Amino acid sequence: MPSKPRDPQAERAPWPISLGALLAVLFINFPIFIIFLYAFTTDEQTFTFPLPGMTLKWFGVAWGREDLWAALGLSVRVAGIATLVALLLGTLAAAAVSRTKFFGREAISFMLLLPIALPGIVTGIALRSAFGLFDIPFSFWTIVIGHATFCVVIVYNNVVARFRRTSWSIVEASMDLGANGWETFKRIILPHIATALLAGGMLAFALSFDEVIVTTFTAGQESTLPIWIFSQLTRPRDRPVTNVVALFVVLIMAIPILLAYRISQRDGETQLSR
Amino acid sequence: MSNQNPTPAIRFENVHRHFGEVKAVDGVNLDVLDGEFFTFLGPSGSGKTTCLRMVAGFDRPTSGRIFLHGDDVSELPPYERDVNTVFQDYALFPHMTVLDNVAYGLTVRKAAREQRTRRAEEMLDLVRLPGLGKRKPSQLSGGQRQRVALARALILRPRVLLLDEPLGALDLKLRQEMQVELKALQEQVGITFIYVTHDQEEALTMSDRLAVFSHGRIEQVGSPAEIYESPATEFVAGFVGISNLVRGDVARGILGTDTTFSVRPEKIHILEPDAAVQGGMDSVRGRIEEVIYLGMYTRFEVALEGGGKLTVAQQNLETSSMDVHTARGREVRLVWEKSHSRKLGGQA
Repeated sequence: MPSKPRDPQAERAPWPISLGALLAVLFINFPIFIIFLYAFTTDEQTFTFPLPGMTLKWFGVAWGREDLWAALGLSVRVAGIATLVALLLGTLAAAAVSRTKFFGREAISFMLLLPIALPGIVTGIALRSAFGLFDIPFSFWTIVIGHATFCVVIVYNNVVARFRRTSWSIVEASMDLGANGWETFKRIILPHIATALLAGGMLAFALSFDEVIVTTFTAGQESTLPIWIFSQLTRPRDRPVTNVVALFVVLIMAIPILLAYRISQRDGETQLSR
Repeated sequence: MSNQNPTPAIRFENVHRHFGEVKAVDGVNLDVLDGEFFTFLGPSGSGKTTCLRMVAGFDRPTSGRIFLHGDDVSELPPYERDVNTVFQDYALFPHMTVLDNVAYGLTVRKAAREQRTRRAEEMLDLVRLPGLGKRKPSQLSGGQRQRVALARALILRPRVLLLDEPLGALDLKLRQEMQVELKALQEQVGITFIYVTHDQEEALTMSDRLAVFSHGRIEQVGSPAEIYESPATEFVAGFVGISNLVRGDVARGILGTDTTFSVRPEKIHILEPDAAVQGGMDSVRGRIEEVIYLGMYTRFEVALEGGGKLTVAQQNLETSSMDVHTARGREVRLVWEKSHSRKLGGQA
């Protein structure tokens, strides 16, 4: 692909704007930097500054913590399955809403967006009372269901945006040239929405991975990684271990988010925001 | 056309297509012969595109049947019909290269890779786009996309090619070029073309025969000359060419009977008001109201004695724009051969 010509309107920003942007970036990211710093401190109970000394021992301690690994594993599995559910349901919902006209279509497209518009605490309470009403025991699957509510929206939004810009005659063209429904889906629709699915899926994964509120209401005895970190903060011992974990979470989550950002930049249409 | 093939390429048998209360197609009967360049001409909403889509299989008749080379295809899905379509918006697959787009029909049929590539390259040569196979559709101009869509639709060697206003998005110059090229291509590949357009000039230029659509019905079927010279209804007379209708008392004054008729603007001569009229001619007195100089010819709007208006076109053989403008306001007599007064049936 040839590179796009530079926008002639894009001039250099005047220095006060550049300075403002720089300050905003510092303000947003400074706390993250602090967390990184204290992953290396020798002081295990308080946040003293300057650091009394630097050490790598917390990395070793974190490595040996069974409960940490259990929480991490749970979070990855929950996020993975919630994302898969979201990819399937979100795509189907997007196809139904953009491809067909049926009674209540507007209402359905609005209700699909509700889980994101509503505060997480409302979703959490609603799910908890629903589970209680039907006597469903809290488990791994109740967490997955809770997370899927907002993950579906993310995928739905991305795919709907793609479909909106899609001329449906490409589907007709494919059928015209001899492809049946399944082959048209495989060869035309799926490749066409692939980047939207990738961006939506990665974003859904990232959101599920750090979700706290809905999880608190839908989890039983198990704790996902964010809940584990939260519980660690109330204990004074081994405090820097949580900082080590945070450091790794940030580094690992940066990959899908950057990728999703790159994809949506290239396509110029997928929504990264919720 | 002296094509006496007994089985028409396409037959519409009392085809209706209703969308709720709207009768998009309202009883169409039509035979399209094998190897014809056949045009569906009509304004938007006249049912011509719906008819095309029912041949392709994207739409099903509410009632009636459609035959392709004698086989009833009314209920067949698009992928089981031996027709291919060139879409108005081209409908190229944006994630594929031009070559993969053109080869798509063969890919779906699981043809070997070398054969696909070779055939696709042949098709690109045919539409005069050699060497562009590696590009993506987004890197092509409108005219090039048009040709790719054409190559893609022709690669399966369909017996009928459907074209849905394929030149609509192109600028005038390119459109005229493509008209000539399409016509030549059709003669080269020798398959039936069904061409949908709302542009009467395009229809007259390219077609062997055409059907004029209005309100879901066919008003007239015939060769371009028949349609132009002998319009069967007021609608056809008005939609194809300049509407030159005379009705009521004025018509009685000219013809002697109270019949609505049309006369084409270039058939009319302008004479002095008192000029003698020979036998075999129809004539009427009037006053030139408007003169529109168009370079090659001049258009006169003449208000007729007793009401009504006729448009007259005269070639600028020896006149210039200075001469013709002095004609405004002049009393004249319009004269044309009786055979050019086309009496019309049917209400538009």
